[in-house]
Amino acid sequence: MGDQAQILPGTLDLLILKAVSLGPLHGYGVLLRIAQISGQALLIEQGALYPALFRLVRQGVLKATWGTSENNRRAKYYELTPVGRKRLREQTDGWNRLATAMGAALAAQAEEV
Amino acid sequence: MNLLAYFRSIKDKFLHRSEFDQDITQELRSHMQHRAEDLERSGLNRAEAQRRARLEFGAEERFREECQEAVGGNFLDTLVQDIRVSLRVLRKSPGFACVAILTLALAIGANAIVFSVINSFLLHPLNLPQAENLYQIERGKDRVSGQSYPDYLDLRDRNHSFDGLAAYNIAVAGLDNGKEPLRAWIEETSGNYFDVLRVRPYVGRFFQPSDERGANSAPCMVLTYSFWHTHFRGDRSVIGQVVQVNKRPFTIIGVTPPEFHGTLMFFHPDFFVPLVNREQIEGTGHLDVRGEHWIFAVVGRLKPGITLAQAIADLNGIGSSLEKAYPKSDGQMFFALGHPSFYGDYLGPVIQAFLGGLMLLSGLILLAACANLGSLFAARAADRSREVALRLALGSSRSRILRQVFTEAVLISLTGGAVGLWFSVILLRGLSTWQPFAKWPVYVPVNPETNVYIVALVLALASGFLFGAVPVRQILHTNPYEVVKLGAGSRLGQRITTRDMLLVVQIAICAVLVTSSMVAVRGLVRALHGNFGFDPQNSVVIDTDLSMAGYTTDKVPEMQKRMIDALQVIPGVQSVGLADSVPLGEGANTKIIFKDETTDTRPANAAAHAAIFRISPDYFRADGTSLLSGRAFTWHDDESAPRVGVINAEFARRIFGSVSGAIGRYFKTPDPNHVESIVRVQVVGVVESGKYNSVTEDPTAAMFLPMLQSPFSSTWLVVRCNRDALQIGPVIRSTLHNVDSSIPIYIQTRYKEMDGVLLGARMATIALGVLGIIGAMLSITGIFGMAAYSVSKRLRELGIRIALGARRSEVLQSALGRAFKLLALGSAAGLVLGILASQVLAYIVYSASPRDPLVLTGAVLAMSLLGLIATWIPAQRALSVDPLILFRDE
Repeated sequence: MGDQAQILPGTLDLLILKAVSLGPLHGYGVLLRIAQISGQALLIEQGALYPALFRLVRQGVLKATWGTSENNRRAKYYELTPVGRKRLREQTDGWNRLATAMGAALAAQAEEV
Repeated sequence: MNLLAYFRSIKDKFLHRSEFDQDITQELRSHMQHRAEDLERSGLNRAEAQRRARLEFGAEERFREECQEAVGGNFLDTLVQDIRVSLRVLRKSPGFACVAILTLALAIGANAIVFSVINSFLLHPLNLPQAENLYQIERGKDRVSGQSYPDYLDLRDRNHSFDGLAAYNIAVAGLDNGKEPLRAWIEETSGNYFDVLRVRPYVGRFFQPSDERGANSAPCMVLTYSFWHTHFRGDRSVIGQVVQVNKRPFTIIGVTPPEFHGTLMFFHPDFFVPLVNREQIEGTGHLDVRGEHWIFAVVGRLKPGITLAQAIADLNGIGSSLEKAYPKSDGQMFFALGHPSFYGDYLGPVIQAFLGGLMLLSGLILLAACANLGSLFAARAADRSREVALRLALGSSRSRILRQVFTEAVLISLTGGAVGLWFSVILLRGLSTWQPFAKWPVYVPVNPETNVYIVALVLALASGFLFGAVPVRQILHTNPYEVVKLGAGSRLGQRITTRDMLLVVQIAICAVLVTSSMVAVRGLVRALHGNFGFDPQNSVVIDTDLSMAGYTTDKVPEMQKRMIDALQVIPGVQSVGLADSVPLGEGANTKIIFKDETTDTRPANAAAHAAIFRISPDYFRADGTSLLSGRAFTWHDDESAPRVGVINAEFARRIFGSVSGAIGRYFKTPDPNHVESIVRVQVVGVVESGKYNSVTEDPTAAMFLPMLQSPFSSTWLVVRCNRDALQIGPVIRSTLHNVDSSIPIYIQTRYKEMDGVLLGARMATIALGVLGIIGAMLSITGIFGMAAYSVSKRLRELGIRIALGARRSEVLQSALGRAFKLLALGSAAGLVLGILASQVLAYIVYSASPRDPLVLTGAVLAMSLLGLIATWIPAQRALSVDPLILFRDE
């Protein structure tokens, strides 16, 4: 996993929400889904995922239920709650605005100023 | 935050701890296994795949802890930990824990009791719907509550400010139930009484205004719930039953609800009869006599939207027109409104002032307890400085250590509060069922309520934080390196510390309490041995009312004479006196007096007010009142003889200028039996002045009239005997029973009879005495804590001194000199404050004088004694230091 970017602080939650919004996932599945949708470009420390998941459950954004994985193992599955769906929408919008603004700011050339 | 999700998330953490932990472990493991399987699929062998999966995952233990924290509820988690640690720490020093808990239990218990009394007396005085709109009408500049019936009718019918005005009078009545005649306390009420108070009958019905159709038109009665239960077994069929009250038939028509006891806080009547039937109860009705203010009180409910000032103006308008229409009988017809439960503002301000003072003192006790515990905590913190330093050095944060210290403090304060509350609840329950007098239906209803518990809890928490905060600075300034390097307790500064200040403050507070309680006790002792104008020693008082046995006014004198004669022949009886009421008994009647030359005898022209007693010839000898000049009465001073009277020295001085100049002179006063007519009375004797209504009253004028010239049914017999007053009681009872078995009588010693007037002083003394004892205990624990601590800190130094040959006195001086200095400083400050505070006491406790040398000496002695007791054990310890053992230890 050579050319990967360390994720920005605070973006892990948003990534988890996005990953889970595509279908219920267990913890490892969330990790794989993020890798998949980010084109393997984002590096997440595996263990750090879990405190974030527990925090999101506490905030009522995610719902957790024990189930059986495709490997026939017991695993805890996470899915979005209505609150979570709303949060995801808001944070996606916020992120897009920030990214556009940052992009514009960083693309500025000397003669444009 | 989504609260529901939060609670669901922390629920498992606290309720199913092991499952919760297992859950996390399983989830993390499941992750690693999935990863390992992926890696295995990519070609690694099983063992290698599992190793790689674990490595990639990172520190499993750390993440598990992070997960636990992410779930929330960390505050509780830490709290549980802190409580566990605190319990462990406290279990290691049980002595400290016990002293601390006991100290707080005393302080919080005292506060809970005082607050409970305030709560039931001042915050919820009356248990009636919309009690805040109820007022009692008070008349004239002395704000008396008594009204005459015609005046009451005019006020009731002509005012526009009240939703009804009700009147009641307190009386005693004989209830004949076929057995021993029963003496009951009753209220004679107007027909609208229950309507105005908005009370609903528990059984049957209440009086209606329509029942009142003139004198003696409504011979019916309403029982109170408790009287119904104790004397009629709670039997519902008593409704409609006829019973004999003062030998007249009365029909029971209803029962009041259990919580209703009339409108007076302390006085609970047994049953109610209509006011219009007063003549049947008391022998005289006086329903049409405007000058006879016999109604005990008039209570009204203010209409919504009417202010006090508007209502008073309204009443004053009626009053001034009455004054114009009836100048002979109505004077001072201007009004004020007071709260009914404490008999208007007659008792209210005194009780308020007293309770305020009590609250202040109990607050001081709590403060002293906090100071006490604060210094103990500071001492402990100093002892634990090594532990604190170690924890700091190992990376604990100062806030975490403070949190643990506060947990310990609050734990102690809550336990102390609970114990204190428990004590106070027991005491209050007892107080609520306590009847201070056997004779009067007087109660002190102070059952603890929810807000008492809340206040105790708040006080406990607040004091926990207060004394827990004392060592904060110490902990914040702990330098781990210094402490670990030098060892604990090596710092021996002589500068004044917070601890010393706290001790001085605490001792000062305790000295205030000790001083004021001594002032109160001394005052009470003086009150009991003061000069009352009669001699309560070896004297028995019998109290009855002949109307209870159906005697009418014309039959009364003959019967009274028979009672006197019967008692006089009992062996051991020296003299027997009879009066319509006795000084310092249930309250003396007061009448206006005019100088002889006054011809226009309207109330406004009165020269003075005088207490009036109608007495038998031998009364002065029986009650031990000394005659200063002239003669007492004889049996020849009867209705056919000229009107004569005996006055007291105060009366003589005020009206006639001197005692010697009064004999043979005349004064005028309304006839006790016909207030509308004025009689001219010749002074034949002068007796010493005494106390008539209360032991604290100013010198009061009093007059004594012969019983045969104005007969009365209310009969008080004073029996002076030459043997123990208690033994003669049964003989008196059987003697009077032989005279007429249907007369309910009440016998008690003259001292006991005075209980009522001494109640205030006695209660004040008990309350202050208890607070003083608590204060003394607190100062002992405070000084003891300080002295013991200072000795234990300096054992090494003392050992060296002893080894070097110091004398005992020098050792003591070095070990306890400081404690004694602080004690002296605190006591001096407290003494001065106590003397200042006692000026306030003088209002309540008769002849309480803080400048009394005995009190001052007593307070100084008490404080020195307390100091001595408290430092005894530490001093012994200091003296018994064995330098050899000490040096071997180090």
